[in-house]
Amino acid sequence: MRVEAEVEIVGTAKADVRLTLGYIPPVDCATLIVARDNGFARHEGLALSLVKETSWANIRDRVMLGQFDAAHMLGRLPIAATLGIGHPPAPMIAPFSLGLGGDAITVSSELFAHIEGAPEGPAEMGRALAQAIARRRRQDAAPLTFGVVHAFSGHNYEHRYWLAAAGVDPDRDARIAVLPPPLMVQALAEGHVDGFCVGELWNSLAVEAGLGVILVTKASIWKHGPEKMLGLRADFAERQPEALAALLRAMHRAAEWAGRADNHDELAGMLATPDCLNTSAEIVLRALSGRLVRKAGEAPQATPDFLVFHASAANFPWESHALWFYSQMARWRQVAFSSAEVDTVRRVYRPDLYRAALAGIGVDLPRANAKVEGALTRPTPVASRLGAVVLGPDGFFDGRLFAPDRIEAYIASFNPA
Amino acid sequence: MVIEEGLREAGHDRVTIVTDMRMLMRQVLQADPDAILIDLENPNRDVLEQMFLVLRSVRRPVAMFVDQSDRASMEAAIDAGVSAYVVKGMRKERVKPVLDMAISRFNVFHRLREELDRTKRQPEDRKVIERAKGILMKSRGLSEDEAYSLLRKTAMNESQRVAEVAQSPVTAAKLLG
Repeated sequence: MRVEAEVEIVGTAKADVRLTLGYIPPVDCATLIVARDNGFARHEGLALSLVKETSWANIRDRVMLGQFDAAHMLGRLPIAATLGIGHPPAPMIAPFSLGLGGDAITVSSELFAHIEGAPEGPAEMGRALAQAIARRRRQDAAPLTFGVVHAFSGHNYEHRYWLAAAGVDPDRDARIAVLPPPLMVQALAEGHVDGFCVGELWNSLAVEAGLGVILVTKASIWKHGPEKMLGLRADFAERQPEALAALLRAMHRAAEWAGRADNHDELAGMLATPDCLNTSAEIVLRALSGRLVRKAGEAPQATPDFLVFHASAANFPWESHALWFYSQMARWRQVAFSSAEVDTVRRVYRPDLYRAALAGIGVDLPRANAKVEGALTRPTPVASRLGAVVLGPDGFFDGRLFAPDRIEAYIASFNPA
Repeated sequence: MVIEEGLREAGHDRVTIVTDMRMLMRQVLQADPDAILIDLENPNRDVLEQMFLVLRSVRRPVAMFVDQSDRASMEAAIDAGVSAYVVKGMRKERVKPVLDMAISRFNVFHRLREELDRTKRQPEDRKVIERAKGILMKSRGLSEDEAYSLLRKTAMNESQRVAEVAQSPVTAAKLLG
């Protein structure tokens, strides 16, 4: 949907609400850029100014301090901020998901050469990696080091989930180190890490430089699994409810635009600019189209639903996503599990605000606020307002189910007492 | 550099400047600083945060430089848990008071936090420590006191809590059946 004509009309109207949003450049910041540059924000009477940041800690602090009204955030960041892990609690909310998937695990070409058979599929690949790790241990080689972008990143949890399912203890049999995304490829080149789990474009850049091979994608570890959220201070929703609703509508339309395959060439050009990702449009297009080149010189492989901006209710802030992240924070001992905190975490993701904002514009929405993650093995129509919402598949590769109302048992199933 | 001069003139002569951010954890452990100052433009802030999360014993007040001006917003930042925002182009006499404020605020917060954590964890901790002691007594023929001091010594050497160290033999025993 192009809205140029509408922009012409509202262009003369006063854009009277100014909002400042922060972002960090993996490809999934796209919806913010589109909302600003294609007129969707102005259509809602918003003047968006976007500020590129260098660390997730800065993003969190600047939202906390009110310098940013909202920001592109790791989905776990508003949860960790609300719980006050490492700093005083700062209540935040996440009313909009910026997309599903978009991450991949890449290993150095050298490590790849030691993974026998390089089988297809995350379970098989995990077992092959586990065997390579076991061989290294017998040879007394140093444990492998894998980079993730932040302690509370989906990358950290996905990577750990995948390793642990293959029988690799990510803390004992390997090392997980935090590395800023822009330094990932260099760290791989210099041998400081043997692999990493990160959002695109960094995997493709490593492949392009002949340094790494993409082993598995997040889309294969957890189909339609959540990634970044739009995060903001909880009090913003009380102080400026109309501005927030306008922002969510603008983001909704921007995500719809970004998700359309026939816009991907244009979107790749917008994201590749020096101000944004500073790379070639061709590299960006790999993530947008899901046609990733796994290994330098090979033909691209289609990865269905690699990065989903809008379809499958991708923007819906499922409470079950927030709770799954909390389950993994507890599993890896970043927090001590408490049932009081479960309620706090559930209220960080705000489907109510998302529904309220989109109520008047004829958008179909699922009726539930949470779902059993992993229950849908194929695209499935679900109960919705207009009866047209199709979700999933949303399965984890190992077939586990996450029922949010049985979170404690789920955590215990990973750490049997 | 204003910050370094300001610190030295205030009598802080042990200032270590880290430019190579690789091996950051080792460098921080070696310098054992009272406070860490980091440029906000540096993406390694996320690395520092991870370090504090994993190794509670090296957690230090972090102050950052940013071109933000008034005192009110700096205090707001500190109250929000950002240890300190130091103004770019600030006078060097201001460095020490800002840093002192950051450190004292940090200490108050972390004392509260640790008390809270301790009360939340205590029953669970005791259980795992008791189990680990039992395993060590049985497998290595130690007395109860010897088993506990082995756990404590290992915890100190590895900068972990006793309960964290105790988790390893308990997990291992489970795996080995």
